[in-house]
Amino acid sequence: MSEERKKLVEVTGLKKYFPVKGNLFEKKYVQAVESVSLSIYKGETLGLVGESGCGKTTLGRTIIRLYEPTDGRIVYDGTPIYDKKEKISVRMLPYRRKMQIIFQDPSGSLDPRMTVGEIIGESLDIHKLTSSKAERTDRIRQLLEEVGLNTEHANRFPHEFSGGQQQRVGIARALAVEPEFIVCDEPISALDVSIQSQVVNMLEDLQASKGLTYLFIAHDVSVVRHISDRIGVMYLGCLVELAESYELCSHPIHPYTQTLLSAVPLPDPEKNKTRTRLLLEGDIPSPINPPTGCRFHTRCPYAMPRCKEEMPELKEYAPGHFGACHLLEQNGSHNTSTSHNNKEDKE
Amino acid sequence: MEENKTLLKIEDLKVSFFTPAGEVKAVDGISYTLGYNEVMGIVGESGSGKSVEAYSIIGLLQNPGKVIGGSIEFEGEDLLAFTPEQMRLFRGNKVSMIFQNPMTCLNPVYTIGNQLTEVLNCHDNNISKKEAYDRAVEMLKLVGINNPEKRMKQYPHELSGGMRQRAMIAMALICSPKLLIADEPTTALDVTIQAQILELMKDLQKKENTSIIFITHNLGVVAEICDRVSVMYAGRIVEQGTVNEIFYNPQHPYTKKLLASIPRLDEETVERLVPIEGTPIDLLNPPQGCNFGPRCSDCMKICLRKKPPFAEVGEGHISACWLHFKDMIEKEAEKDE
Repeated sequence: MSEERKKLVEVTGLKKYFPVKGNLFEKKYVQAVESVSLSIYKGETLGLVGESGCGKTTLGRTIIRLYEPTDGRIVYDGTPIYDKKEKISVRMLPYRRKMQIIFQDPSGSLDPRMTVGEIIGESLDIHKLTSSKAERTDRIRQLLEEVGLNTEHANRFPHEFSGGQQQRVGIARALAVEPEFIVCDEPISALDVSIQSQVVNMLEDLQASKGLTYLFIAHDVSVVRHISDRIGVMYLGCLVELAESYELCSHPIHPYTQTLLSAVPLPDPEKNKTRTRLLLEGDIPSPINPPTGCRFHTRCPYAMPRCKEEMPELKEYAPGHFGACHLLEQNGSHNTSTSHNNKEDKE
Repeated sequence: MEENKTLLKIEDLKVSFFTPAGEVKAVDGISYTLGYNEVMGIVGESGSGKSVEAYSIIGLLQNPGKVIGGSIEFEGEDLLAFTPEQMRLFRGNKVSMIFQNPMTCLNPVYTIGNQLTEVLNCHDNNISKKEAYDRAVEMLKLVGINNPEKRMKQYPHELSGGMRQRAMIAMALICSPKLLIADEPTTALDVTIQAQILELMKDLQKKENTSIIFITHNLGVVAEICDRVSVMYAGRIVEQGTVNEIFYNPQHPYTKKLLASIPRLDEETVERLVPIEGTPIDLLNPPQGCNFGPRCSDCMKICLRKKPPFAEVGEGHISACWLHFKDMIEKEAEKDE
């Protein structure tokens, strides 16, 4: 990743714990996000993949401070908006104009009692973006056209729309304040296959015309790879690998990424028969009681004694390719990871 | 296909839902046969009628749904003529089903063991408690659940999603049915767990010689597990063939577009997706002609007037599209002039 590109969002050591019922002497927490550090560059799409419960949604929401972080530092466009140590916690209203979010469940995220026009217009009113009523109506119409809906749809209620159209309303609402940065939290998982590609294309077009920056969260690796410039892989609250999307999918270095990629069924019967599949044993451990050391060691086929004790740090192993694994540290370079890939193929 | 190899034969099945707003033709005349030991995939978007079709086989269709035409034959017996009592014996013994969400299908107040042995007791009055217990433990072992004796005493909420789905599969297969209907069995699971379950189902299918009807919207999963595929759109089968024919030589415009519209992990370069324009049709007011006509880029005049018949486009590969009859239509048009 070139140095001259501007970092729009920079997150360091971000943690988010949710308290759960413990007992009188011991407080328990769901450690949803554990010390994640990453940067999002202006104009790029950073994809986040991982299985359910890995903390990808929590990370997305914590970055735009819909959840108050437990620890860490968030810098937006050069200004720190949250820092636990320096006790910085800015008022978010001005930043809400710059960062927006698109939610997963299109019908659940729209107020059923408001018309589409009111839903989109609400943020215009809050940020006082339009001076007259006529201007407001014009702006709403323009937004609806941008997301491929008809202008007369402004007077309808959300339940009158199909899932794909509801998601378009959600996108129009996010665009209303002319944001720079949008967190797309599984925006297409609730949609039908044939509608998914329409929405993906629209998000790409909007990014090109408005210079938007996306944090694209999804569990479907194929979709994330399609839309993202770089991809981060999360497992149980930790970022385990981060690289450019083609690099990540062709040369995954972390054992978890390797299994995740090999688990994706390909729409190609012959390829499915010939490739070898890495299967993981067991299930994701509970984030209330995560394993010590590397959180993946309970299911990792290469686990060493050291993995149980020490949490590996995210380090750069090839230009722009980060991984958090003791195995890589030991072997030192990117080449070794491909060689143990081959070993698996033979098995 | 020879007659004696056919396990299930569905002919011109029509299922409608009679809603206050009008009749919804959820399944509008589908036919296919399923052989012994075969895995048939049924793909389609939500609302294409794939689940309704499966529910009518196993007799679980709920009001206001009704089978209004066609026949379903299972080993030569007409399922639609069965009395409820016959159907009850048939379910579980001959056909069973796995559902999408294991949590809602397992009873939360009974232990896994209780629910497994209940299946056996229902279908075999003579089975002793001990036998039923042993069979249930054996079944849990078969589906790859470790420590089955402990799991027998646990409640569904104590198991993880993947484990619950395994328990569901154990429950479905415990009476060794000849046909298993799997309705989106992996949709609610994570990819790594999905991979485990698919491997398990492939394994069990070989071991137990069960035929499977596998319903899903995920084309990747279909390519992974199925022998033959039926593609459904708005209550009709639009294309049917072997898995290789469907994926490497798709003939129907809908199948072609569906394959082009999904992003692929295995391609070298990332190209812009080619979406299918428009939205699925409203089944309350289905078009007069081809259901896919309004969204099809090769739509001809006849497509809007008449439903297309099936054309055989390869060995065991059929596709319902007027494009296959283009020559014929043009000749007729010439005659008319």
